Amino acid sequence: MSEEKHHIVPYRVYVFVLLALLALTFASIGITSIELGEFTVAAALIFACVKTFLVLTYFMHLKYDKKYIVAMVIFVFAIFFAVIVITFLDYLYR
Amino acid sequence: MEQNAHGAHTHYDAEASKIGMWLFISTELLLFGGLFIVYSIYRYLNADAFHLAGEELNITIGAINTVLLLVSSMTIAMSTSTLQLKKKGATLGLLAVTIIIGLVFLVNKYFEWGTKFEHGIFPGSEHMLNEFSQGEILFFGLYFVMTGLHALHIIVGLIVILFAVVRIQKGTVHENRAALLENAGLYWHLVDLIWIFLFPLFYLIH
Repeated sequence: MSEEKHHIVPYRVYVFVLLALLALTFASIGITSIELGEFTVAAALIFACVKTFLVLTYFMHLKYDKKYIVAMVIFVFAIFFAVIVITFLDYLYR
Repeated sequence: MEQNAHGAHTHYDAEASKIGMWLFISTELLLFGGLFIVYSIYRYLNADAFHLAGEELNITIGAINTVLLLVSSMTIAMSTSTLQLKKKGATLGLLAVTIIIGLVFLVNKYFEWGTKFEHGIFPGSEHMLNEFSQGEILFFGLYFVMTGLHALHIIVGLIVILFAVVRIQKGTVHENRAALLENAGLYWHLVDLIWIFLFPLFYLIH
């Protein structure tokens, strides 16, 4: 946003992100305390993924980094996801 | 990240440092990723036992540790901003807070594990072998390995931050040579990131 040199993230951005992360943490504690059966796992993981996105984007500065670093991170998550899918396909259909 | 403030004798390339750090973080993500896959498969195969064993864990301690790590992630992220703004004192203060929170996390972990040990829950204990089912033993095995490996990362992260503190104090890390602090921050956030998944998987999902 500002000069090319180095983006200085304003403090309030970090405070807002922290508040969002804390809210999501307590929301995930709340939602998993309700009996949702199979959906408990899904709900907990969705909250964790949203939190991960916030940490990667703001705390780890990916929002302000060059795009190829973002691409690297997406690539790693894509590999990880592919391995999960392949492993579970094996276990579900053996 | 282009900085031209090269020292007279030392090479400095902030962008290369950042790429290197991200490559390292990638390997760490895949290391823990592999463990998460092991966990999911065993959970899938031993759903009831994992459900039962998960209730042994104390959500309150887990939640406190989550809050601690999230706050410490914010303080170290802020310290990268204060360093850019040439506020050395504030930077050191924020890093000190980060280190203290990290230590408190470890103390909590010590008491949490200690309670488990007192109840006879630790890898290879007689109590577990006699009383617990195969699935419960697997759950606690994974619990100790994954939270233990995570705690090890906390210790390493604290040491890295301590290096950054010393270098900032000496003035060799400053607004034009911030890579060490930036990378220490990235590492600390990685530790936070892993905990974001460990907490729901072990403490919350019953």
